[in-house]
Amino acid sequence: MFQDLNQFIVSLIGKGDLSDILSVVVYSALPLVLILLYALVAILGEMKISAWLQDRLGPMRTGPYGILQPIADMLKLIQKEDTTPKLADKKLYNAAPFIVFIGSYMAFAALPFAAMYAGARINTGIFYIVAVSGVVVVGILMAGWGSNNKYALLGSMRSVAQIVSYEIPAGLAILSVVMIAGTMDLQTISHLQQGGLQNWFIFGGPKSLAGFGGGYAWILTPLMVVSFLIYIVASLAETNRVPFDIPEAESELVAGYHTEYSAMKFALFFLAEYANMFAVSAIASVLFLGGWNSPIAGFLDAPWMGAIWFIGKAFSFVLIQIWIRWTLPRLRVDQLMHICWKVMIPFGMATVLLVGTIVTFLAH
Amino acid sequence: MLTNYIPLALMMMVAIGFGVIMANLSKWIGPRKPSREKLSVYESGMVPIGTTHERVSVKYYIVAMLFIIFDIEIVFLYPWAVTFDKIGAFALGEMFLFIGLLFIGYIYVVKKGALEWD
Repeated sequence: MFQDLNQFIVSLIGKGDLSDILSVVVYSALPLVLILLYALVAILGEMKISAWLQDRLGPMRTGPYGILQPIADMLKLIQKEDTTPKLADKKLYNAAPFIVFIGSYMAFAALPFAAMYAGARINTGIFYIVAVSGVVVVGILMAGWGSNNKYALLGSMRSVAQIVSYEIPAGLAILSVVMIAGTMDLQTISHLQQGGLQNWFIFGGPKSLAGFGGGYAWILTPLMVVSFLIYIVASLAETNRVPFDIPEAESELVAGYHTEYSAMKFALFFLAEYANMFAVSAIASVLFLGGWNSPIAGFLDAPWMGAIWFIGKAFSFVLIQIWIRWTLPRLRVDQLMHICWKVMIPFGMATVLLVGTIVTFLAH
Repeated sequence: MLTNYIPLALMMMVAIGFGVIMANLSKWIGPRKPSREKLSVYESGMVPIGTTHERVSVKYYIVAMLFIIFDIEIVFLYPWAVTFDKIGAFALGEMFLFIGLLFIGYIYVVKKGALEWD
């Protein structure tokens, strides 16, 4: 089959300038199409699942079974008036939605969707994603400060403190995977986990590759489960989802940092939030649960099936995030910081050191 | 190696273009009826009181400074994580020393009460 999407396009229309241009366009625009399609599905999913968890039906009138509701919402948002508060800092206010959106969009560039497609295959992979996701923080602070609104400022300050704090445990959790894999390239990390469930990094990584420790790798499983849990909790906090949604605690802060935004600028924030949810879920599935690999060797593992496994795994995490939203109560600010700084960071450091010791003396 | 980053630049352009179109779409299509109340800052329907940009508690800056220390630590750990098993036990010992020193600092910060939010 094809090594990557480029060869697929060449096989369709022949090699030449046209195929080069087409593959460049496809490479750079495919994530955008994916985000937009995914956002429509996820917004409807969130409305429907929230409704079912509360014993309601959710939207039912727009189209059969309400499935056109997100499209109706989007059309309505386009027609709304775009207001800018008179006292707002215009430059910061207008630039903030772009920076938040670009930060979360650029994270999609390095995700390996299948064996034949990753937007950009760069050897700094996961490090790059962590870095560009950090840009979102700047945008959020700009939105809060630029709005010149007390709710927005408080919301953005809380959000920044939270995202910045939880970046540390998330970074430590990612580190333990990088230590076993010996690379930061997400496509290589996915290739290492080929050959079934037992090779996934949550179970200690590859068992039969040269340079890896074979059966000894099983010892890493409990540590990797801890890393995985740390990453999942930290990713909930980084996307401002319940139970870590104090930046948008609607009973006290109206809508947090996007209180003053209307029309499509609000839609950009909304899109960025959903894109972020998918990005962290996708990273969790690439790092710990095999990415585009099938759980059983030889079972439905045609190259194009990879995309379905990958999106399926990422979507199940998005589903869990929606489920958690209606299950857990919101934390207080001090509880939230306590969990991060006094529980997750020491545990994260300990796992990094233990994984390092085991990898050095046994697993490699 | 650097050519791998070209798609990133293209994607950045796609993201900026998409953002500009999206944000201006409602400016072109939507209505435009500004009024004094509409353009004032939202404060639950009341007339806004005082200024927004007040002083922030020092605890906030402490968290920011601690974040910088710990995040730089993690940035240093990444290149180590890629190559430490090729260097052997020496690299591991170095990292125990590095994280150990940071952990002493961490204990000091906790004992000083910098991580209390009441």
